[in-house]
Amino acid sequence: MSKPQYQLTLAGENALILYFDQRIDPAISALVQQACVLIRAELAEDLIDVLPSYASVLVMFNPLRTDHFRVQAQLKHCLANLHNSDSQSGKVVELPVYYSEESGPDLALIAQTKNISIDEVIQRHQAVSYRVYAIGFAPGFAYLGEVDPLLQMPRLATPRAKVPRGAVAIADRQTAIYPAQSPGGWNLIGLCPTRMFNPEQTPVMPVSVGDEVRFVAIDKAEFLRLGGELQGAKL
Amino acid sequence: MSGFEVIAAGVLSLLQDRGRFGQSALGLTTGGAMDAPSARWANRLLGNDYGAPLIECSVGGLQLRTNTSSYIAVTGAELPLSINGKAAELWTVHKVQPGDVIELGMVSQGLRAYLAASGGFAVTPQFGSVSTVLREGIGGLKGNKLQSGDVLAAQPVNQLPRLSLPLAYRPQFNRVLTLRLVEGYQADSFPVTERQRFYLNSYKVTPQADRMGYKLTGTAIHSQQSQLLSEGICYGAVQIPPDGQPIVLLNDRQTLGGYPKIGSVLSLDCALLAQAVAGTELYFTPISPEQAHNALCLAKVRTDAITSQLVSL
Repeated sequence: MSKPQYQLTLAGENALILYFDQRIDPAISALVQQACVLIRAELAEDLIDVLPSYASVLVMFNPLRTDHFRVQAQLKHCLANLHNSDSQSGKVVELPVYYSEESGPDLALIAQTKNISIDEVIQRHQAVSYRVYAIGFAPGFAYLGEVDPLLQMPRLATPRAKVPRGAVAIADRQTAIYPAQSPGGWNLIGLCPTRMFNPEQTPVMPVSVGDEVRFVAIDKAEFLRLGGELQGAKL
Repeated sequence: MSGFEVIAAGVLSLLQDRGRFGQSALGLTTGGAMDAPSARWANRLLGNDYGAPLIECSVGGLQLRTNTSSYIAVTGAELPLSINGKAAELWTVHKVQPGDVIELGMVSQGLRAYLAASGGFAVTPQFGSVSTVLREGIGGLKGNKLQSGDVLAAQPVNQLPRLSLPLAYRPQFNRVLTLRLVEGYQADSFPVTERQRFYLNSYKVTPQADRMGYKLTGTAIHSQQSQLLSEGICYGAVQIPPDGQPIVLLNDRQTLGGYPKIGSVLSLDCALLAQAVAGTELYFTPISPEQAHNALCLAKVRTDAITSQLVSL
């Protein structure tokens, strides 16, 4: 088996970013997880935080304890232990979604761009199961992949100032649920009534990295019954 | 409970500390004082831990009633400070007694003032920090900004040197800023001509500037890379969305994002940017990581040296 390849790039005054092959792939995701463990052990107290994503790891260090030279050398040293392995998957989580033009203002745009019906957009979004590749951007924001190639949409040229909590969205071949109202540049296709981040609950999130997520369409009445809110979701 | 009661919270007053680190697995941002050097000075003057919980008062208007014996210091933005209606100097330790009313007026230079009390405000941390992130509803008192009636606990303190930072060492929040930037991330995806335009032309702070990030307006620049897998964003990262207008991502930034980034602004300059109002003109200038490291270490040595020379009034 070949040695995993990576590239180290400068990110900021106290940050380096480790890039693997830039694709959405469970095997790459497994390498990211491995790298995080190795880096935490190697840098120990010099580390401020490690931020994993699909195919990258952002490493932030304390610049009053160490520097780029030393950190780069340590990273190369510990990453020599990376090995290709089978990825393990976590639990299966079903999440309800109210898909409609009322709750998903970009559904019509996607249908029009791809020359398919709105119903087909909804069908295709539900047809596959997704892996949780990363959590970030906002608390509880889980990046899920991969979306049917036909539904692939670029991010909006100018992000919306306000996306409602629960918004189900697509960007490129990624899909996600906005856990709280925030600005955002993804295409909105529906609303999910499940709270994706709740500090008062244990666990704080219904999903973790490595889990499998399936979306299940629900109607408006069911959405409201499950505690979904349409008010504030107006765009 | 001994401490301070909020009479008026002003425009936006938030409990902050050095920030929330090591929680990125949940997607939690760092938060923390936007002008960290000014916040650290407030704590240094009082002999507190540099990251002790304090109040970040944006724009001004905060009023507190003291119900303990304590000492306070206010640093950061220029604004009128008074104790019981009597003018009091900024960047200076003041003794306060039960019943005293502390009042911060409106800012005249800069945007954010820091009010610290001796020993720091005693607030229960959430995910390891008291830093308030409104977008997340995390930190502070139940995830909220300060409101009238809130009580901030603080231990009584009866003896403390009355230190003051000499005028020469206080930061100036100038109108034109030069932000030092370490090139990184997708810097190579910006053609050399685009990068030259980025450094030669000035940008302006837009009204879309908050604790999350500062959107700028000026010469649009474009990356040759449009599709990007979402990746970790560090403090000060300069994101260039397809409209070509830079956004400097600050304390409450999203942890991951998929727009190309040209590099990251030096933290010392991010703090100055955080004090800049809409319309402020600024330039970017590239520096090497070695120069950045040097600037950080020098700032630390200089601050320590000044601290050791401070004498009680």
